[in-house]
Amino acid sequence: MEALFAIAIGTLTSCAVYLLLRARTFPVLLGLTLLSYAVNLFLFASGRLVVASAPLTDQGIEHFPDPLPQALVLTAIVIGFGMTALLVVLALRAIHATGGDHVDGGER
Amino acid sequence: MNHLPIAPILLPLIAGSVLLLSTRWPATARHAFSLVAVVAQLAVAITLFVTVKDGPIRVYALGGWAPPFGIVLVVDRLAAALLVLTAIVACASLLYAVARDTETSAPRFHALFQFQLLGIQGAFLTGDLFNLFVFFEVLLIASYALLLHGLAADRVRAALHVVVLNLIGSALFLLGVALIYGVAGTLNFADLARVIPALTIADAPLARTGALLLLVVFALKSALLPLGFWLPRAYGAAAAAVAALFAVLTKVGVYAVLRVYPLAFGPQAGELANVAEPWLLPLALATLVFGALGVLAARSLRIAAGWIVLYSVGSLLVAVALFSADGYAAAIYYLVHSTLASAALFLVVDLVAADRTTAGDRLDAADATPHGALLGSFYFVSAVAVAGVPPLSGFVGKVLLLDAAGAHPAAALIWSSLLGAALVVIVAFSRAGSAVFWRTVPAPAGAPAPPRPSLAALAAPAAILGCVAALVIWGGSATAFAQATARDLANPAGYIEAVLGGDHAQPDDRRRLR
Repeated sequence: MEALFAIAIGTLTSCAVYLLLRARTFPVLLGLTLLSYAVNLFLFASGRLVVASAPLTDQGIEHFPDPLPQALVLTAIVIGFGMTALLVVLALRAIHATGGDHVDGGER
Repeated sequence: MNHLPIAPILLPLIAGSVLLLSTRWPATARHAFSLVAVVAQLAVAITLFVTVKDGPIRVYALGGWAPPFGIVLVVDRLAAALLVLTAIVACASLLYAVARDTETSAPRFHALFQFQLLGIQGAFLTGDLFNLFVFFEVLLIASYALLLHGLAADRVRAALHVVVLNLIGSALFLLGVALIYGVAGTLNFADLARVIPALTIADAPLARTGALLLLVVFALKSALLPLGFWLPRAYGAAAAAVAALFAVLTKVGVYAVLRVYPLAFGPQAGELANVAEPWLLPLALATLVFGALGVLAARSLRIAAGWIVLYSVGSLLVAVALFSADGYAAAIYYLVHSTLASAALFLVVDLVAADRTTAGDRLDAADATPHGALLGSFYFVSAVAVAGVPPLSGFVGKVLLLDAAGAHPAAALIWSSLLGAALVVIVAFSRAGSAVFWRTVPAPAGAPAPPRPSLAALAAPAAILGCVAALVIWGGSATAFAQATARDLANPAGYIEAVLGGDHAQPDDRRRLR
């Protein structure tokens, strides 16, 4: 499972980097979204992956997942969502203000 | 438990929320409420400063959850000094914004201003890495909105770069946090300082990667080269009062370096000792030199002021990169000085630009400024402060820095870069000053002269420059305080004991999770 998880994070990150380098606001936005997915999965994995166990500690259970990264991921998702929403509005505004969707403004 | 340490977070949060609902208030009521809120924050900051200035560290555990498991706020000398600094700059820039009426174009300006303060003060107070991330995001999202306010095309373009870069920075921050949590099992600064030195050789590379990723993020926030190119344009495009407050923003990145690296990755950190040292000094020197050249190359005063921020961050991080008690002392003194000086410069430049009807802040020959003598003196004093020429505090900061660098193996390089960059900045400011105030052409007949700047608008930069002067007049106590703070940073045992001491849960309980 670790391998699958790592491959998923790697694929998301490489797609994100590719999209970020497109220098148009909409692909950049999608790239940032993919990057935040990858980062959230990575953060989740920092508590180690545990299958078929109780979500929190219970007497007598030897292996259980660390609950803290889950809380961190939840916070990171909320913040990432807010930031993405802001960027969508900003990108739309930039098209109106500069007449194009290039990140440096205008049509290139 | 005394609840004062959380007041710098709660006050702007409550004031900002009330101001969000204040759309129907008359403008004067909104101005007054916002001003009262920042003055109250200044009072709280000074009270906290007085209680910790002689050494005791105040730890506030939110909800009573004992560290390292709960969220803690820590007020030590460094945090308290920066709180006072933030509050002073906030008071002055808000006064300026009110006096110049820059908020008419954005009804939410005051609310955003308070949320910006919430993020900055929270970042200074927090005692763990994840809340540092959270407060970074709070201050960033407020700064995006403040930067955009007015929605002029150049602001939108500058903001787009800042937002995208900082979102990538946030992603890297989370990666670094995850790596460090994955090996250390904690994010509390004090607990990290205890766990990191005991890491096994197998875990050390991961923690090293995490620590260096965090350095990249802090470098982006503090606009260290090669991650600082976004700054001059963004700060030059922002409204003056906002840019003056932004002078504190880059210092949050510097603060994060000062807080995290000596504590958790200092000389005592075993496998990870001094992990930032080989990177920070060359990059800081490059930023310093490049910032000075940028000031020289700038075609307008606002952009020059933006490059000054880069230049001062470079000098500051050179001091931090010495990783010695003397270096920290110089960094702390210079941090306070450079924040005040660049904030004053942004305000003065805006006054000058408003007084030149045709040329604005561009360095072109134009009609004479009607209030050249008054504004010229303001410009002269702030340029003296920024360039580090006697008699103002920039000079004291420079001397402390040169003195601290004397024992370093690369002293010759550091000295020549610092002195050379300072000379370039002096040349650039003399040239800009003579272009603006002396190289004038007769004004076209019948053009209306701009009104004299109001007393309140002049009082704001004057107050900040007064603080710069106070840093020299009471220079003895200021340097003594900086040295005491630096000793705390170089010997983090007191900080660790203050946060983790007492009968808190022991780390073995947490180790069970692994």
